[in-house]
Amino acid sequence: MLMSVPSNPGFWVNEPVRVALTVGAGAALVCAVVGCATVMRRQAFAGHALADVSSAGGSAAYLLGLNPLLGFLGMAAAVAVVMEWADMREVRERDLLTGVVLGAGLGLTALLLYFDATMGSVSGAAMTVLFGSMFTIPATIVPVALAVAGAALVASAIIYRPLLLSALAADLARAQGLRVRAVTLTHAVTLALAVSLAAMTVGAILATALLIGPAAAALRLARRPFEALVLAALIGLGATWGGIALAYESFYWTPGRGWPVSFFIVILIFVAYLLSSWAATRRGARRGAALYGCEGA
Amino acid sequence: MSTVAAALTVERACVELGGRPILREVSFQLAPGEFCGLIGSNGSGKTTLLRAILGFVRLDSGQIRLADGTTAGRLVGYVPQKIALDPGLPLRARDVVALGLDGARLGPALPSRRRAEQVEQMLHAVGAEAFADQRVGLLSGGQQQRVLVAHALVRRPRLLLLDEPLANLDVRSTAEIVALLRRLSREYGAAVLLSAHDMNPLLPAMDRIVYLAHGSAVAGKAEEVVRTEVLSELYGYHVDVVRVHGRVVVVAAEASDQIRAAVARDPVHTASVP
Repeated sequence: MLMSVPSNPGFWVNEPVRVALTVGAGAALVCAVVGCATVMRRQAFAGHALADVSSAGGSAAYLLGLNPLLGFLGMAAAVAVVMEWADMREVRERDLLTGVVLGAGLGLTALLLYFDATMGSVSGAAMTVLFGSMFTIPATIVPVALAVAGAALVASAIIYRPLLLSALAADLARAQGLRVRAVTLTHAVTLALAVSLAAMTVGAILATALLIGPAAAALRLARRPFEALVLAALIGLGATWGGIALAYESFYWTPGRGWPVSFFIVILIFVAYLLSSWAATRRGARRGAALYGCEGA
Repeated sequence: MSTVAAALTVERACVELGGRPILREVSFQLAPGEFCGLIGSNGSGKTTLLRAILGFVRLDSGQIRLADGTTAGRLVGYVPQKIALDPGLPLRARDVVALGLDGARLGPALPSRRRAEQVEQMLHAVGAEAFADQRVGLLSGGQQQRVLVAHALVRRPRLLLLDEPLANLDVRSTAEIVALLRRLSREYGAAVLLSAHDMNPLLPAMDRIVYLAHGSAVAGKAEEVVRTEVLSELYGYHVDVVRVHGRVVVVAAEASDQIRAAVARDPVHTASVP
């Protein structure tokens, strides 16, 4: 089934498909790199909340006729900075605060999407903002998306070592004279960039899947940090392009109505996570058997 | 200590947190390469003193000086308390040591033979070669402690601070880590200040002891400090320094009476009390 896609000439020359492949690749790469950092810092929930809240910015952009990517990005960046500030102030109920902000953000989204629907400027804005619609991404977004992706990757490269050191233990980083807050603030900004790209591709609600899934799978398997980044990027890119190909193919399964790309991407990521867990468990068992001299199972 | 600059000078250091005095006029000096135990019970101010030396906690009055005249930064290695390394991090022991060398620098590390050699040498020095390529969060407590010591020492600091590095270690690992630290402090010429609530594993190794009680300190050689009169004055009430089975125990007067009574009842099992 997958094999038939590259041989179908329509796939490669199709403009919406090319836009989806490009924006999807940028989102997958940035999410892989930023996702690894986020999971290592144990901030998966904060990442999820940020993605959900960014939907308010996305739906506002549709209402005002602005570039939706900038809408997602503006909201995510503002909330990321607020959450980082709460972290600096050592707010005790961090998870509670995150949860409350998440709720308020989605409430705002509900209002804005209601206006979108009733004022009728854009049809299907709710579906697009929340669950993504890769084949309807306007081509004008591509340069902006690539710039956002480039900025996120450069920033992530700059804080590569300091972030690893801070994830190991903040006090070890401080003892080397590192300004840990500058590092975590930079990471928060890259998180906002990653989340807005993910929201643009798989939608604000499903952005977590692209951000956390490939990173979580890769971190289980990788033996060293750089290996984790490469593995996460491969999983994310494979799932995104595979999902686009499958969705394109699905036009032929149910004639005239293709299935949503987001569904396929998220399912592929989920399968990759299950496989990596299985592989990691197997490897752990084998190492255990070698260590205790058991008969190999 | 006049000819060689002290590795660490603490002068009348006072710290208050939330209006409560945590350190009261603590003063002592460490010479280069000296091995010093920072002894006191929980809440006596050990961690605060170490964090003040690192510059994490500001002094309300007094002064802390390092060998180069600065406070904190490059010349101090640090092993924090009860650090639980996350098994989810894809870091090998080797990577943790490398992060000790240049983890604060920006950008990814470029492959360098010199860097790899420095890391390898340090892994060898702490006896961590056997598990150098294993995920650090999955190592035992004693193994993690060795890796963290290597992380702290790889930049060749003049002063090494360790906060309760012996807590949660079994008897054998404890003896091994103490011997290792003692040897490294000599080899690398780094003064070591190590906090512990139990002084016994350190007694054979210590050049000097800083004994903390309720935020006040006395410093000196162990045989000068760990004495009934000295510690009673420090605590502000009578305590006894008791030796049981070659172990030194500091007890409040009532408790020491109970110990003596126990010895009287069962002289066979408590024979070495003076």
